[in-house]
Amino acid sequence: MQAAGLTDSAVEIAPGVHWVGALDPHLRSFDIILKTANGTSYNSYVVRGENGVAIIDTVKENFADIFFQRLESVARYDEITTIVLNHLEPDHSGALPELLKRAPQAKVYLSSRAQMMLKALLKPTGGKPPEYIPVTTDDEVDLGGRTLRFLHTPYLHWPDTQCTYLVEDGLLFTGDIFGCHFCDARLFNDTVGDFRFSFEYYYAHIMRPFREYVLDAIALIEPLELNLIAPAHGPILRHQPRDYVHRYRELATPRLFNEAKSEKTLVVFYISAYGNTRRMAEALAAGAESLGGVRVSLYDLEGGESGIFTDLIEEADGLAFGSPTINADAVKPIWDVLSSLTTVNVKGKLGAAFGSYGWSGEAVRLIEDRLRGLKLRVPVEGLRIKLVPDSDELEQCRSLGEQLARHLTGRLEHREVDLAALA
Amino acid sequence: MPKAKVTFQDIGVSVTVPAGTRLIEVSEKVGAGITYGCREGECCTCLTKIVSGGENLAPPSVLEDQVLKDNMAPRGHRLACQAQIIGGEIVVKPA
Repeated sequence: MQAAGLTDSAVEIAPGVHWVGALDPHLRSFDIILKTANGTSYNSYVVRGENGVAIIDTVKENFADIFFQRLESVARYDEITTIVLNHLEPDHSGALPELLKRAPQAKVYLSSRAQMMLKALLKPTGGKPPEYIPVTTDDEVDLGGRTLRFLHTPYLHWPDTQCTYLVEDGLLFTGDIFGCHFCDARLFNDTVGDFRFSFEYYYAHIMRPFREYVLDAIALIEPLELNLIAPAHGPILRHQPRDYVHRYRELATPRLFNEAKSEKTLVVFYISAYGNTRRMAEALAAGAESLGGVRVSLYDLEGGESGIFTDLIEEADGLAFGSPTINADAVKPIWDVLSSLTTVNVKGKLGAAFGSYGWSGEAVRLIEDRLRGLKLRVPVEGLRIKLVPDSDELEQCRSLGEQLARHLTGRLEHREVDLAALA
Repeated sequence: MPKAKVTFQDIGVSVTVPAGTRLIEVSEKVGAGITYGCREGECCTCLTKIVSGGENLAPPSVLEDQVLKDNMAPRGHRLACQAQIIGGEIVVKPA
């Protein structure tokens, strides 16, 4: 059913509103990081008003021909007054340069953050840029009897994203939010195959790092009358569209109440060959707990898999990683965890590293560099201890834990240092 | 060499630095909460609030000015990867 039954004409999704998108049934991975077992679709829409026609988003460049064919079945280029860009990623803006050539009179409406991206996209054309108007929540465009109203919904999943509401019809064009990579020519959620997995998989891989922005967007969307949600990928949600908004709210909210929420949380991950890094981890955890106000959790990476730790990391305020050094590197389970964090937001969390070593002890510095690369803050220099920690060295581990607790709880004494004295 | 003092309010650390140092060179060493992306003044990840002493930073370049404008940065904000300390005392914190 992936492409069967669909002609090269537009498909009406509401009176005077047509789908003019494209199906890509054979795509098997998207943006490298997502699997697309039955392909995807690039949804574009045409809205006809009494005084003009609006195009909402376009398609990936190599699907431009079918997009224009479908567009031409419902509108002439000289009727197009308005082009709305809800998201400028190339899978939605690929046909834009050609559309602007064919409808040069159209005004482009986009978010403020999208302006730079528009200039970058149109750079190769070398032509005169179109008239473009940055818009935000409650700005409107009158198409004659029909009103497009914008919602500022950034970071879903780029800084530029916005939603566009067709007021009189209760129809919301959402860009990537509420979309999924699922290709089915039957187009509508009540007629396509079972796409629930794809819907949640898309959230987990695309939207989850931005869940706070998802909740902000949902707060704007929930009060709207919603008859239909028209996303930029996957099925058009005409049956019980509000259920999908509810589901997004559930997905963006932690599943169980976080009992430690009244305190700051520090998760200590370690892995240990001979028990030395483990002893360091235990002393660090005890030190962090000793000040009060910080709830510490201790996890041995050998007892789990990297994927299952992602939820813990997403919720934690601070993270400490302990690794021995083997062949001048931190060990693989550490790197497995630290390479699995693209699906959650870790920016600004507190990070630290520690570990016992035999010869050279590179692991701690390498972990610190990775934590900084992930945009964690690493305010306390990590601790390297040669082989077996003695009682003084375990005290240093406790002290590291105390310092991390002070950073987490804002109980820092003011320090004055000279740049030359810093490593 | 003339010295300056930059205070990172979020971690309570004041650092004495030689004039000409960029904020990025100091903030990473002391572990302040300013985070970095491109490190070349384009992505705006390291947007930093200048709590006081903004006049003790070299004025923004044309590039930095444009990026601040494009990203709707409020007044009194700079990119830590670009802002160069020229003397006196400056207090900063992550935006």
